[in-house]
Amino acid sequence: MQFMLLFSRQGKLRLQKWYVAHPDKLKKKITRELITTILARKPKMCSFLEWRDLKIVYKRYASLYFCCAIEQEDNELLTLEVIHRYVELLDKYFGSVCELDIIFNFEKAYFILDELLLGGEIQETSKKNVLKAIAAQDLLQEVSHGNIEI
Amino acid sequence: MNASEHGFNPAFNMATIKQVVNEAIERVRMPTPMRLRDLIRQIRAARTAAEERSVVNKECAYIRSTFREEDSVWRCRNIAKLLYIHMLGYPAHFGQLECLKLIASSRFTDKRIGYLGAMLLLDERQDVHLLITNSLKNDLNSTTQFVVGLALCTLGAIASPEMARDLAGEVERLMKSPNGYIRKKAALCAFRIIKRVPELMEIFLPATRSLLSEKNHGVLITGVTLITEMCENSPDTLNHFKKIVPNLVRILKNLILAGYSPEHDVSGVSDPFLQVKILKLLRVLGINDVDASEAMNDILAQVATNTETSKNVGNTILYETVLSIMDIKSEGGLRVLAVNILGRFLLNNDKNIRYVALNTLLRTVHVDTSAVQRHRSTILECLKDPDVSIRRRAMELSFALVNTQNIRTMMKELLTFLEKSDPEFKAHCSSSIVLSAERYAPNKRWHLDTLLKVLVAAGNYVRDDVISSTIQLISESTNQQAYVTLQLYRALSEDYLNRQPLTQVAVWAIGEYGDLLLQAAIEDEQNVTPPTEDEVIDLYQKLLWSPQNTATSKQYTLMSLTKLSTRFSNTNKIQQIISSFCSSLHVELQQRGVEFSQLFGKYSNLRPALLERMPPMEVVRQPDSQINGDVNDVETKSAEESPQHLMNNESNALLDLLGGDNGLDIDIIASSTQPSQPVANTNNQDLLDLLGLDPLPTTPSIEPSNNMGLIIENNNSNLLPIMNNQNSNFLTGILSEREVPSITAYNKEGLKIVFSLDRIPDSNQLTINVAAINQTLSHMTDFLFQAAVPRTFQIQMLSPSGTSMAPNGQVTQVLRVINPSKNVLRMRIKISYVIDGNPVEDQAEVNNFPTDIWD
Repeated sequence: MQFMLLFSRQGKLRLQKWYVAHPDKLKKKITRELITTILARKPKMCSFLEWRDLKIVYKRYASLYFCCAIEQEDNELLTLEVIHRYVELLDKYFGSVCELDIIFNFEKAYFILDELLLGGEIQETSKKNVLKAIAAQDLLQEVSHGNIEI
Repeated sequence: MNASEHGFNPAFNMATIKQVVNEAIERVRMPTPMRLRDLIRQIRAARTAAEERSVVNKECAYIRSTFREEDSVWRCRNIAKLLYIHMLGYPAHFGQLECLKLIASSRFTDKRIGYLGAMLLLDERQDVHLLITNSLKNDLNSTTQFVVGLALCTLGAIASPEMARDLAGEVERLMKSPNGYIRKKAALCAFRIIKRVPELMEIFLPATRSLLSEKNHGVLITGVTLITEMCENSPDTLNHFKKIVPNLVRILKNLILAGYSPEHDVSGVSDPFLQVKILKLLRVLGINDVDASEAMNDILAQVATNTETSKNVGNTILYETVLSIMDIKSEGGLRVLAVNILGRFLLNNDKNIRYVALNTLLRTVHVDTSAVQRHRSTILECLKDPDVSIRRRAMELSFALVNTQNIRTMMKELLTFLEKSDPEFKAHCSSSIVLSAERYAPNKRWHLDTLLKVLVAAGNYVRDDVISSTIQLISESTNQQAYVTLQLYRALSEDYLNRQPLTQVAVWAIGEYGDLLLQAAIEDEQNVTPPTEDEVIDLYQKLLWSPQNTATSKQYTLMSLTKLSTRFSNTNKIQQIISSFCSSLHVELQQRGVEFSQLFGKYSNLRPALLERMPPMEVVRQPDSQINGDVNDVETKSAEESPQHLMNNESNALLDLLGGDNGLDIDIIASSTQPSQPVANTNNQDLLDLLGLDPLPTTPSIEPSNNMGLIIENNNSNLLPIMNNQNSNFLTGILSEREVPSITAYNKEGLKIVFSLDRIPDSNQLTINVAAINQTLSHMTDFLFQAAVPRTFQIQMLSPSGTSMAPNGQVTQVLRVINPSKNVLRMRIKISYVIDGNPVEDQAEVNNFPTDIWD
């Protein structure tokens, strides 16, 4: 996977994870163009898009779009499952997640993603293990920082 | 678990106590910065972009001001806010160093936010990212697994080549860690490192294999990912891992046979993520390997038949299985099964499934066309899908399915598609239709009709190669020319504004076959009447005056109109239109206006011959080959020979081409097509010599010969750029400062020797391309050409292209003459050859070199 973007129906970026090194300017350009392209697509269209030389897989969950750029030889359908797994994890972690949870706790959303994927590849296929690791680290954070909120 | 472990550590307790005290003091000493959630609220409350900007700027200024603080408990809060600001698109790279400080902190929250910031803000193009390497190294050695985990995650995300080299050893060590949590992350780090720096693979090889003997799915899947990358990386490694095929088969078998396991179940399928990765690795291992393929046939069949397909998960696995079956050396029955799965996919209600079906069929179509042909009608249906992704796939697949049997029906669908498709498809689609038509056309008439439909349907999106190949086809199809010209005329008169390629092809055809057009008829349509001369000329006037038509189209049109002057009876109107371009503001059009006008004045006797119909173009089907109008034959011939001979060939072939035709006029034209510019008197004499003509009848024309050369030469070379759409060529062709004059050095008994002179600018060196041409009807053998020059010159002769000449054949040779004193060049040549068994020997003096070549 080259990158993952989360953005709202209004086109606001909510999370960006890059597994390729691009200059900031290019990242912004890609993000902007992709958001426009995807938002312009009708709901009944398929989840795949050939955009430039990238294969884009995206899916909308409520008001949020989850969008991944994958390699040519990657399985598009599996990418949909990865997205779905991530959504399930967010849902379990926040308890029926909504866009606001991800806005106000964006760092948590990143932490969860980093326990699911590493360098763009799946590192853990068990939901339980991911959530366990997150919970343990949250606890570690409390121990080290007391109950001060970030 | 780890936190509680640390609970027993007295040192940790002391540190904690100290920290808590410090933090308490700090909190009293300085004001608390705004919380992250409060900043987010403020930003979200902003009603305008300007308001948002002011909130952000204020906070950024504050955050900057806190950077000076030593070990601050609030640093992580400030960086977290900065990361939010960064996501909104504001610059935040001034926080990079602060992230490094956070990473170096001992508090876990600091590390967590610090590493997150590093992944978001550090850019591998900036050296600052290397500062993190040392902290990473420390943390990779931490006793807390989550600190190691954070470091591995960051390394995997950044993995710049320098970093990869520095830390590969640490990663290798962690791959052998007893802790699964660390091992899986280390495996993916190794994967990333190899991706960036393939030569580091060796280090990881020994520790990799054991990853597969693991129960933990996390370690298994990362291990499979790593091995796949290694196998794709080098053929040696691929061979090395061939022996794991049975292991992979066993793991896969266990996955599908094992009962329900809640931890890894996804809607009734056991760990689809792992299954897909294993299937992919099996594919990599099985490609071109009969034994390995044999070993996996059964399990692939099992997966293909046993997978539950009501949900996306099941189809994901089937999709991957089909890809593997198609790529490895699988059994025939298995392949049928795979194509049938794709057939079911095509009928699936889910668009995503249909998309991957089209995609995969495209990959397999070359393996088994007939299997894919069965689904042709479904695929053609997909051309009408509202989704652009599906349409694109369907289009490509449709073209892959075209063959002699189905060309008529397929093209009908594809032409409809072309007409209605988005602009982004038109260029590609029209070129593909042209290629398919060329390969499978049942007859010429159908082929021409199809090309005409493409020109109409694709409008301005038609690529230039379509124009040239259409013109070529028309030129070849001698008995269809009247029909197609009439059809083109009809299409053009319906819409002459928005279809430049159609305009260009149509006016070319009308120009060439204008006389046929006037009597043309279409068998099936009785009520179609051919246009009158006036109607055609009216249309041309519209074309030439319309501002929408491009200059190139107008150049075609002017040329065509000039040609019509010899095919139509009413030339006055044509002459009028052409002369009106003498004052055109467009330099190309003006030049044509001026030149063509000459053909109606002083040189009108030349006009019929000059504007003769072109001979049918030879079939040299290269998609991007040039079509060069009058000199097409010349081009095709000379293309096979080295460029240095090109000049000679051209004049030569033109002589062949036109020589026998009409005598005097054409011969002169032909020889002056050589771009020899300053046609000096002496030169002209040569031309006459060359043709063996008595100079007397042409004496009157010697005086304006310069002019004549220019007109004719331009006229001929005009055709090249018009056809090529390269106007720049046109200019350089005319205004070129480096002229290549040529002289006839010898012409006796059917042997002609022509020198093309090419002086290297600003030097005293002259290159002479010698072309000896056999104009007899017999073979010449043992041909030998020798040359001598006065002592003040130096001469160098390269070896000749051969020693024998068939009738009309030639031998070429390059001479280099160096003339330090810039004297007038004289040369003595000696020729010997054998013809019909008789040796011939001759000598001659060449003293007609242009005097100005050394200027």
